[in-house]
Amino acid sequence: MNNTSLSVLPPMPHPTPTTEPFWQGLAEEKLMLQQCDDCKEWVFYPRTHCSHCLSSNLEWQQVSGEGEIYSFTIARRPTAPPFAGMEPQYIAVVQLQEGVRMNTVIANATESDLKVGVRVKPCFVHTPDAQTLLYFELA
Amino acid sequence: MGLKGEAAIVGVADYKNERKYTGPRHFFTEQFADLTHRALVDAGLDKNDLDGICCTAIREANMFAPATLAEYLGLKVNFAEIVDLGGATPVGMIWRAAAAIEMGICQAVICAIPARPIPSNPIPSPTADDLRFYGSTSANWGSPQAEFDVPYGNVAQNSGYAMIAQRYAALHGYDERALAKIAADQRSNAQANPNAAFYGKPASIDDVLASPVIADPLHILEIVMPCAGGGAVLVVDKALAAKSKNRPAYITGCGERLESKSMTYQDDMTRTPVGPASQSAFAMAGKKPADIDVVEPYDCYTITVLLTLEDSGFCAKGDGMKFVTEHDLTYNGDFPVNTHGGQLGAGQAGLAGGMSQVIEGARQIMGKADDRQLSRCDTALVTGTGGIMSEQSAIILEGG
Repeated sequence: MNNTSLSVLPPMPHPTPTTEPFWQGLAEEKLMLQQCDDCKEWVFYPRTHCSHCLSSNLEWQQVSGEGEIYSFTIARRPTAPPFAGMEPQYIAVVQLQEGVRMNTVIANATESDLKVGVRVKPCFVHTPDAQTLLYFELA
Repeated sequence: MGLKGEAAIVGVADYKNERKYTGPRHFFTEQFADLTHRALVDAGLDKNDLDGICCTAIREANMFAPATLAEYLGLKVNFAEIVDLGGATPVGMIWRAAAAIEMGICQAVICAIPARPIPSNPIPSPTADDLRFYGSTSANWGSPQAEFDVPYGNVAQNSGYAMIAQRYAALHGYDERALAKIAADQRSNAQANPNAAFYGKPASIDDVLASPVIADPLHILEIVMPCAGGGAVLVVDKALAAKSKNRPAYITGCGERLESKSMTYQDDMTRTPVGPASQSAFAMAGKKPADIDVVEPYDCYTITVLLTLEDSGFCAKGDGMKFVTEHDLTYNGDFPVNTHGGQLGAGQAGLAGGMSQVIEGARQIMGKADDRQLSRCDTALVTGTGGIMSEQSAIILEGG
């Protein structure tokens, strides 16, 4: 279930000028995060201004993407019509070691693998739309 | 600081909740006028008393909703407000109306939310359906949700609330019978509410647990049923409250807290914004949880009720499952919760779903809750929850 060869294509993100470096990084199998040059906090999702101090001095940094499952669910009915055929969906929120959280899908896993606190690492999923999604898998 | 308790709810109106609405269809302007008329009749007050309007977005107009509605109703108002807080909207409307009245800029504010289907458009717009596709999640380009929620399927509400419940389970354990009891007790309350979508259809704890799991650990009977309906609440100053034929339900405390849109980014998914909102309401009213006769918490999911009871201070964090197990939450019980059935028992009529909790709190204080009337009800805590437990409001009502 939920392996990375997608039989159904989820709705794709459409990057903005602000978020483009994040998505470009994924295409190159790099996880790029913004860090504030002023308060040194990490910021996700990508922004023009730091969500901790509102500084616009945000720098892109490559990070390992190591983190843990903060929470998850197994959606046994599609969460929206475009996901029909993908159920059960292993939807999760992952917290990176930098502290930021992000929505994702847990790939290459079984139901019993899904636990709060389990260590995970990035799994770059290249889609036929030339867009790369950031799934995670057990570390 | 805060409300002085000089504005009161004196009239309410609601449509019967119906899963399949087959009655005549009317636009939101028309439903708003009808609900307003009914609330005025309930209060024994007159259209000419109205000088304030509080609404949500309406289907007929993307902008200028208060002006469109005021013009349609023939109102000249000193307070025109639109509230956009999802399920927290109704509670947010009531305290804004009370605050405007206490400022002295108006004397009577109608807060109404139509939620019946409107007439079918002979020239259908595809965007209307696109907007509904992902529920509360915006798929518009440039919306953070479109880029960072939608592609991963964390859309609408079920998956977010399920993840809140899973996180809670990992930290505090999970007694699924306790969660199911919330739904069962409220369904029991709905049996005394002929306007409830599940009137005549009780459900036991076992029934809830036997229903299909939609997103682990949520069963379908722990999730609200969408339906048609609508509700209105009339908030007035002391002078008009004295003229009303109902016992006024004074708004003596309020609070509001918004922390994010997606629950993903909340500091702690299991400590919800209703904590600060309720604490503000209690402090303003000079009350504590033990003073409350009835709790009408927003209940889109069973986990919403559990966390609202904990975060509002009725029991400690992590003790909610024990608390609901040890108390009878029905209108005959020792800790009445959502005496009309809540939205889990009565159905969720869109944004008017949360208005049902305000209306029921007021009706209990007015002594107009029919077969489910509590023997004594002088104080009520009403909460509203929007987003994925990410924006919440609370008010305390007290009988005059």
